[in-house]
Amino acid sequence: MNGLFANENGRFAPRLSLRLRFGRVFQFLSLAAVTLGLIMLSVLLIDIILDGYKWLRPEFFTEFPSRFPEKSGLRSALQGSLWMISLTALMAFPVGVGAAIYLEEYASDNWFTRLIEINIANLAGVPSIIYGLLGLGLFVRGLELGRSVLAGSMTMALLVLPIIIVSGREAIRAVPQSVRHASLALGATQWQTIQNHVLPYAMPGILTGTILAMSRAIGETAPLITIGALTYIRFDLKGPLDLFTVLPIQIFNWVSLPKAEFQQLAAAGIIVLLAVLLSLNALAIVLRNKLQIRW
Amino acid sequence: MQESKLVTDVVFLRARADHDRREGIIRAVLLLFSIVSVFTTLGIIAVLLQETILFFQEVSIVEFFTDTVWTPLFASKKFGVLPLVNGTLLVAAGAMLIALPLGLLAAIYLSEYASDRARKILKPMLEILAGVPTVVYGYFALTFITPLLQKIWSETQAFNALSASIVMGFMILPLVASLSEDAMSAVPQSLRQAAYALGATRLEVTLRTVLPAALSGISAAFILAVSRAIGETMIVAIAAGQQPKLTLNPLQSIETMTAYIVQVSLGDTPQQSIAYKTIFAVGMLLFTMTLTMNLISNWLTRRYREVYE
Amino acid sequence: MLEQHEIALSVKNLNVYYGGFHALDNISLEIPARQITAIIGPSGCGKSTFLRCFNRMNDLVPTARVEGTALFYGQNIYDPKINPVEVRRHIGMVFQKPNPFPKSIYENVAYGARINGYKGDMDELVERSLRAAALWDEVKDNLKKSALALSGGQQQRLCIARAIAVEPQVILMDEPASALDPIATLKIEELMQELKKFYTIVIVTHNMQQAARVSDYTAMMMLSKEGSRAGTVIEFGPTSQIFTKPKDKRTEDYVTGRFG
Repeated sequence: MNGLFANENGRFAPRLSLRLRFGRVFQFLSLAAVTLGLIMLSVLLIDIILDGYKWLRPEFFTEFPSRFPEKSGLRSALQGSLWMISLTALMAFPVGVGAAIYLEEYASDNWFTRLIEINIANLAGVPSIIYGLLGLGLFVRGLELGRSVLAGSMTMALLVLPIIIVSGREAIRAVPQSVRHASLALGATQWQTIQNHVLPYAMPGILTGTILAMSRAIGETAPLITIGALTYIRFDLKGPLDLFTVLPIQIFNWVSLPKAEFQQLAAAGIIVLLAVLLSLNALAIVLRNKLQIRW
Repeated sequence: MQESKLVTDVVFLRARADHDRREGIIRAVLLLFSIVSVFTTLGIIAVLLQETILFFQEVSIVEFFTDTVWTPLFASKKFGVLPLVNGTLLVAAGAMLIALPLGLLAAIYLSEYASDRARKILKPMLEILAGVPTVVYGYFALTFITPLLQKIWSETQAFNALSASIVMGFMILPLVASLSEDAMSAVPQSLRQAAYALGATRLEVTLRTVLPAALSGISAAFILAVSRAIGETMIVAIAAGQQPKLTLNPLQSIETMTAYIVQVSLGDTPQQSIAYKTIFAVGMLLFTMTLTMNLISNWLTRRYREVYE
Repeated sequence: MLEQHEIALSVKNLNVYYGGFHALDNISLEIPARQITAIIGPSGCGKSTFLRCFNRMNDLVPTARVEGTALFYGQNIYDPKINPVEVRRHIGMVFQKPNPFPKSIYENVAYGARINGYKGDMDELVERSLRAAALWDEVKDNLKKSALALSGGQQQRLCIARAIAVEPQVILMDEPASALDPIATLKIEELMQELKKFYTIVIVTHNMQQAARVSDYTAMMMLSKEGSRAGTVIEFGPTSQIFTKPKDKRTEDYVTGRFG
């Protein structure tokens, strides 16, 4: 290809075809990296579905766990997950959104605000098992809540708080300044402005972030193991101070048992867990696309 | 007349005072909510520190950091944390061998090669990998990857570091890809145009212009990935074993710091026992390691933003 | 009228489309070698798009489509056998906003030469290019310093030095002084007079005084017809003629300020 231009001066050796060939090889490699990730995801999903689909019978959702695989089910795990996620949302949502409002609407740019911001950024990177140790020391022992679903939910609420705050702030920041000015100019107080104008506009974004935070909480295992959530529960969960188990812990328990049938039960449990997460994410996407106002 | 104006004024002022008080209370409550996060950090440090101090009243700090045997649950107790650190770093290193190159390559594909449409489809699909709960990866490592490894290397143990490394690598890949892509997309288009105008190929624009310009953002992604690997729990608790030992052989059963905390938590350990205190000491070490890395990563990200904004 | 000059670039029936949008409408034009040709016209008439046809920068826009021919000393740069990468080495470009790489001054100048396999002495090339861009005296003691530490005018001259270092025949300039103050602008204009001894220069400018000051030839661009969004060259000739006795009424309106 060189020399097509009559005035090539000879002081350069561009070797263009070689460089372009390197480029094609590299493009192939980088596409291969993406593909490899997606292949791994597909293999994982297929493997789990093949392992577990046989066990997805009605009894699987209504029975307690048992020594006998064929009599085992997710009843207590589903109850525990539902309780845990409700209590977590009840605590984390108001606190997280409140913190987001404070940081976006009230806080001035001083060292204290920056401290809170840096702190939130770092909390998001703290390993989840460390939250488990916090929950164990503070809620289980310190507040003497025992290994209750309340202690587990409080731990989980602290864990997802940074996610809700960060996504909440983004949603609030996306509301144009003109909306606030219009309200303030009519004589509304700052809180009236936030309550009546900012929050309604920001709510789809806030809810999306909260749902994603909840799907993180549903899949978390380590912090609940650390606070001592039990794996073998054969009674219905009646109140916030009861002992509990959740889906991923039940799965973990079955994985740890040597019998092949229990491994398959674990796979079946994973299918249920993934289905729950998938629906939550679908809900988040729908919320984002249908409700969000584009400025 | 005069009097009635005074009355309306007073009413109005009282209403305003009520307003002001209400605004003040709301502001105070919201401030309190945002301080919860600060108390979370303080709580973590306080809980870890309290038990760790109690632990070091019984075990010498020198033994903790230099002894090469970790057997706090046995009759003859040894408290050398090095085998756990070794296991943690072995698994993390293996995971990084997968996550860093593949994640960076994926980021390059998404940022420099893929069309807008392809990126909009591929990126969320890749991010599903990061949304799969870790207990699922643990199951996959134990029941799919390990049997595969045993077919290749027959000496592979039923619990081994390598299977955990492999699935952890793929779990962290989207994190590396996503953060590196953010860093690369933030490189101004004008720099790419300058390089193209000098006769650079797309590969040269990517490797010699975009990557160097995005370097601190990419380093931040890498450090965060290492921190994530070190703190990851369920994959190693399920697939990597419970045998703390000093080895570099990834086909053997090992134990990580996180897996040890899980192991003790599963047993019913009395609060006063030394075993109970060990998990806080190990947790403290883990927290210190990850916090240091997260701080460095955040600092790099901030510095990077300052360059281009 | 161009007989006395060799022709560096020659476009025939050039049309550019962005997806369904017709951006440039049937342009034919010859650009003389080692002269300064200015492209003027109201904003949005496709001056930049036209300039970018000469070094195939439009190829970087996925939806762009170029029809027609563009000859560079007789060689069609849109020939399927020609890779745009090769074209760009021979036809350099300086952009509207200075865009030095976040590297040292030295590395900025050496970048293009390195990737194109320069066989000579790199230090000598860097010095020669910086001298040609009238920047050497200001930076010779700080070659390792970051290019981002230079002033805007210095950065733009660095970008010119960077373009010169790959030894192109043509330098395209897309409003090179629009982001600079008057003194820095004057320096760039003086520099262009030096550079035209060795290089063919095509400059897009908003500033009609600048076009009148620096260029030898001027191409006047407008939207091709009423209601159309496609730009075309409505008149081309020696700058003095375009500014004193234009043939086209629209050109006269524009250069006398009655339009745009």
